[in-house]
Amino acid sequence: MVLKVFFPSCCASAESGILIGRWISEQNSAVILAVVHFPFIPVQVKQYLSEVQRVTKVSVSVLGSWSNSKQEKEESLSEFLEDLGTIFSHEPWIQISKEGDSKFWSCSTLPKNSNNPKEEEIILVYYDQRKVMLSHLHPPLDTAASTDHKAEDASKLSAIFDTVAKSKILFMTDRYDDGPIKLTHWQSDGVEASIIVELMKQASVPACMLLTFLLSLVSGVCRSWVLKFWPLSFLWSKLSTCEQLGHRLQHLQVISSNKKAQNQTQLMRKANIFVSLLIDVALGMLLMSWLYRKNRIGHLADTLIPVADHVAEELQDLLQWLMGAPAGLKMNRALDQVLGRFFLYHIHLWISYIHLMSPFIEMILWYVGLSACLGLTVALCILSDIIALLTFHIYCFYVYGARLYCLKIYGLSSLWRLFRGKKWNVLRQRVDSCSYDLDQLFIGTLLFTILLFLLPTTALYYLVFTLLRLLVVIVQGLIHLLVDLIDSLPFYSVILRLCRSYRLAAGVKFRVLEQQDRKPLRLLMQINPLSYGSVVQTYRLPTYSCYPKDSWTSLCKKLFLGELIYPWKHKGEKQD
Amino acid sequence: MEERWYRSASGARIALRRRQHSASCRELAVRCPRLRLRSLSATTSAAWLAAYGLFVLTENSMVLSAAIIITLVGLIVYLHFVKIDQESLLVIGSLGIQVTSSYASGKESTTFIEMSQVKDVVINEAIHMQKVIYYLCILLQDPGDPQGLSEVVPLFQSSKPRLDCLIEVYKSCQEILEQRKTVPQSS
Repeated sequence: MVLKVFFPSCCASAESGILIGRWISEQNSAVILAVVHFPFIPVQVKQYLSEVQRVTKVSVSVLGSWSNSKQEKEESLSEFLEDLGTIFSHEPWIQISKEGDSKFWSCSTLPKNSNNPKEEEIILVYYDQRKVMLSHLHPPLDTAASTDHKAEDASKLSAIFDTVAKSKILFMTDRYDDGPIKLTHWQSDGVEASIIVELMKQASVPACMLLTFLLSLVSGVCRSWVLKFWPLSFLWSKLSTCEQLGHRLQHLQVISSNKKAQNQTQLMRKANIFVSLLIDVALGMLLMSWLYRKNRIGHLADTLIPVADHVAEELQDLLQWLMGAPAGLKMNRALDQVLGRFFLYHIHLWISYIHLMSPFIEMILWYVGLSACLGLTVALCILSDIIALLTFHIYCFYVYGARLYCLKIYGLSSLWRLFRGKKWNVLRQRVDSCSYDLDQLFIGTLLFTILLFLLPTTALYYLVFTLLRLLVVIVQGLIHLLVDLIDSLPFYSVILRLCRSYRLAAGVKFRVLEQQDRKPLRLLMQINPLSYGSVVQTYRLPTYSCYPKDSWTSLCKKLFLGELIYPWKHKGEKQD
Repeated sequence: MEERWYRSASGARIALRRRQHSASCRELAVRCPRLRLRSLSATTSAAWLAAYGLFVLTENSMVLSAAIIITLVGLIVYLHFVKIDQESLLVIGSLGIQVTSSYASGKESTTFIEMSQVKDVVINEAIHMQKVIYYLCILLQDPGDPQGLSEVVPLFQSSKPRLDCLIEVYKSCQEILEQRKTVPQSS
């Protein structure tokens, strides 16, 4: 079989020595992690390796020899290197030698056993040690779902990535350390660290504790107050602002918990939540600074009342139009006038209420606008709630129209059954035939006729107000979609994919380097980053998302029958 | 390294380049016809004439600037996401098969399939629009069922070479794939 040697590109200019790494026999491949230089004592090397093996649980061993000679190849050196093969017994013993500055190295193996003299082909694969160590290999989304056959099917590449990632401790010693072993690897020129990162790590522990304490206070207060008073708890559940605040509170609890992240997924989730909160608050502050400049709040409050007035006037015009002959249809005059006057009075009440509130609007807006500093999502939720409150009369009209229409439809269907001589059997939940008396039939038919001829009027009112209600629902839905987007988008993962694309790997890609005859095949292994779509899909944050409760057909059916519709369902809400 | 000319399914001339890097490593690249200056100028002129006609009707100069921006953005999007210059297949025995598509803007999109996942490379027939064409595809093994397939990966989708070119590619691939069946017996 072909022998594959994975060689770190940072060791290409290292001095002569022996190669240490991991031998994966099932794939006939050797992953080289570092080069140990002369002089060394074999016993100390073996001791060091067994210690590394104990800590990292990776079977690191001496795999072969590496000779980097600036001059012509020396015969004695090659014999010395072969003798090393007998001290550190490893099957097969790999010998790589580089002459001068030549790109083409010669690679050979001492035969495994004497009865296999055939020379096997060797492939030399260069890899960037630092990038492979930091990268996280993502399995394809469909195979990640099936968890059986994980162990044996674990791809060969993930074995290599695992080996390098787990051997972090091997890369902690650099050449300035005074140990008995001198290694060359990607960090041998000096271990990298950043002062800012270290300071932040130190500062994060007390910050987390403080945050946890504050959060426990806040959540305690919320829980005690909300459950006590019924109107307050009802209001709480209806306002989307409170739900968004609760969601963000949960996020803060996740970040400030003391437990360290167990694996990659948890770490990425914490980082995503943190960056999402940061961006949210930054955008909220930006919005706030824009709003409070040049007295924009005052302008907003000044335009709010005229807008509400305008909406009310438009509604009044609409009702006058309905009370006349809308679209050329002839309405039942009496019913028309009754419904029209009822709704007009309702609007009149609403307008008076708005005018009553008008002196306080500016102050309320001013204080409510301050809450935008909690985040852009909170500001958007407040906007959606304000729209809901301002269009409350449309909602009321819709409910009246729907209830009337629904009653009418039920009445009509029941009397239609009477017309045909049938009855709804509640016990058996089906339609049965029934013999009615003559006067029952007479009154039933009369009522049926009345209801039937009054149907167009009620249906028209219902149609108009349902359309208005749907318009408001669509506007609110769009705002919530935007809030959802900001909530669930994994900003940190996307920025990581943009700036450090090797950290999120979908796979690898090989590039064939220059070849020379009778030298091993040279390949360069690079990391193939994950596509943006898969990044978003893998690291999406879960939300209390609103999604349409009903399919289109059931929605249409409900509209036709006049049942009240609540198109958006929140996760965690009980079914009606 | 050798290069030969063939025809694609739609009649355009394509070039197949074969390189043997080593006994178990081969690279096969199919080069598609490049973007022609004629068609580019024709499309751009048509778009700008239409925009000028609209400008004469509406007297709004925004139409002209919008047309220029749309043409530029459309060209960049086309070069970066749609126009494939070269599709290549790199078969490394005992490592895997790598499929690369290079776009006209220089972008390269690569997929590497490990040898343990590859069941076989075959030529299939398919109905494409109004024709029946041949295409080369890689069959991926289902990890649970040794006889089953988990996925079919079609190759050379934008250049669509004809059967004669596909046979050459098929033969080259099979020579390397056969090695993995014979070698375990000898060691």
